Amino acid sequence: MKNIFAVAGVVIKELYRRKDFYVLFIVTIVLCLVMASVNIFNDDKIVRYLKEICLLLVWLSSLVIAITTTARQIPAERENRTLLPLLAKPLSRTQLILGKFFGCWFACGLTLLCFYVFFAALAASREHQLPVLDYVQAATLHWFMLGIVVAIALLGSLVFAAPSSNSTICFVVVGGIMLVGRHLDQVALTLNEPMRGITQVIYFIIPHLEIFDVRDLIIHNWPLIHWNFFGLALVYALVYTTVFLTGACLVFRRKPVN
Amino acid sequence: MATILKADKLRVEYRSREMRQATKVALAGLDLEVHAGEVFGFLGPNGAGKTTTMNVLLGFVQPTTGAASLFGIDVRQPIARQRIGYLPELTYYYKFLTAEELLRFYAKIFGLARGEADKRIDTLLKLVELEHARKRPIKSYSKGMQQRVGLAQALINNPDLLILDEPTSGLDPLGRMKVREIIQRLKNEGKTVFFSSHELGEVETVCDRIAIIHQGELKVIGRVDEIRKPRHANLEQAFLEIIGFQAQLNP
Repeated sequence: MKNIFAVAGVVIKELYRRKDFYVLFIVTIVLCLVMASVNIFNDDKIVRYLKEICLLLVWLSSLVIAITTTARQIPAERENRTLLPLLAKPLSRTQLILGKFFGCWFACGLTLLCFYVFFAALAASREHQLPVLDYVQAATLHWFMLGIVVAIALLGSLVFAAPSSNSTICFVVVGGIMLVGRHLDQVALTLNEPMRGITQVIYFIIPHLEIFDVRDLIIHNWPLIHWNFFGLALVYALVYTTVFLTGACLVFRRKPVN
Repeated sequence: MATILKADKLRVEYRSREMRQATKVALAGLDLEVHAGEVFGFLGPNGAGKTTTMNVLLGFVQPTTGAASLFGIDVRQPIARQRIGYLPELTYYYKFLTAEELLRFYAKIFGLARGEADKRIDTLLKLVELEHARKRPIKSYSKGMQQRVGLAQALINNPDLLILDEPTSGLDPLGRMKVREIIQRLKNEGKTVFFSSHELGEVETVCDRIAIIHQGELKVIGRVDEIRKPRHANLEQAFLEIIGFQAQLNP
């Protein structure tokens, strides 16, 4: 485990020494503060719109950070040839992949913490209430969803040589799942065979990232998710993360590093 | 004398992805043994198979046939790399880390305790003369400084075997002299050094034994004098003769 966490530590250092996170965080803060300072149409429920836009920015920023940070990890190691001295140490390829995964995932967790603390402070300043458990549930589900995304991007970085093509494909796949994933079974019913069967298979195979999106819960102050369902969702995320990570380890094990 | 590094009939073939392209044989049954305490020079023209041999020894490339071991352990086992240090040719280390952080990272992988790692880092930064720049990010280092960081990382675990791939490549004369001094110092400490180089004068100065390979085949192995004297030539002339360059000039 020490090797895995040593690699993860370097990934986290990289994230907080680069400007990506700071730029996205500051842009989110500025946009939200500007919106919070005005009260359009004297709507007393305007805070809901503010929360919705703020959460949308948090989701977009977290996806950008997760995908771009992960997509460049292995290609950058290969390009700068740092992979050679690293693998010449008593570090297995599986440990390297796991280290990169945990580094990116923990880094995403830290950025989410910053975003959600800001969001909670902003919402509390307007609503005069702080539903901590709602925020904990939303942020945890969000973080576990990012675990799946990080694992997909890591696998992609071993299959596609260029980080830019990997990032683009990951954004399309993740965006596609979030937007149309839940409707695929209904789409399948409108199709003829064999497309119906194929679409249904896709529906059952893809990780349904949309189930982790509980923004409405905190926008409309709905009651908490039942903890059993919450736990099941986390297990669901862990299963998919493990599947993609296993794929990444298998691909990397067979890949020549020279 | 104990055998530290052994290659047994190593054969590496690279299959081309394109149809009708022939398979390239990078190594054709290489046999090699390096003994404890030796400084061993591994020579050959570009494309001879030196880096491929090192890649197999470090577990980066699987041999098509044959086997290789370090300290008697199969190179495919990560533990075989516990007692080695490796300096690749022209590496750009993590630019966002300082030299001290980089060495601490590698020390963690070797499982060095914090106190021991601190001592090793201080000693090595002094050895490679980077103490003044230890807190500066590596992105601000010159090429020579980066190569010296590389040498420090190769020594972080106080290795018994050091594998250096063209360690003086791209360095100025002063940098080369310092690398030579470090190799000499390691030799005096009883370490085994296995290195490839195109600097034949340097090889002549520091090596106990050398091997010359060409087109993936071992052409000659032995002490520098044993190779040089029968040909009544210096090492450079002997090298050219062995790889068949003279024959091409004067058929």
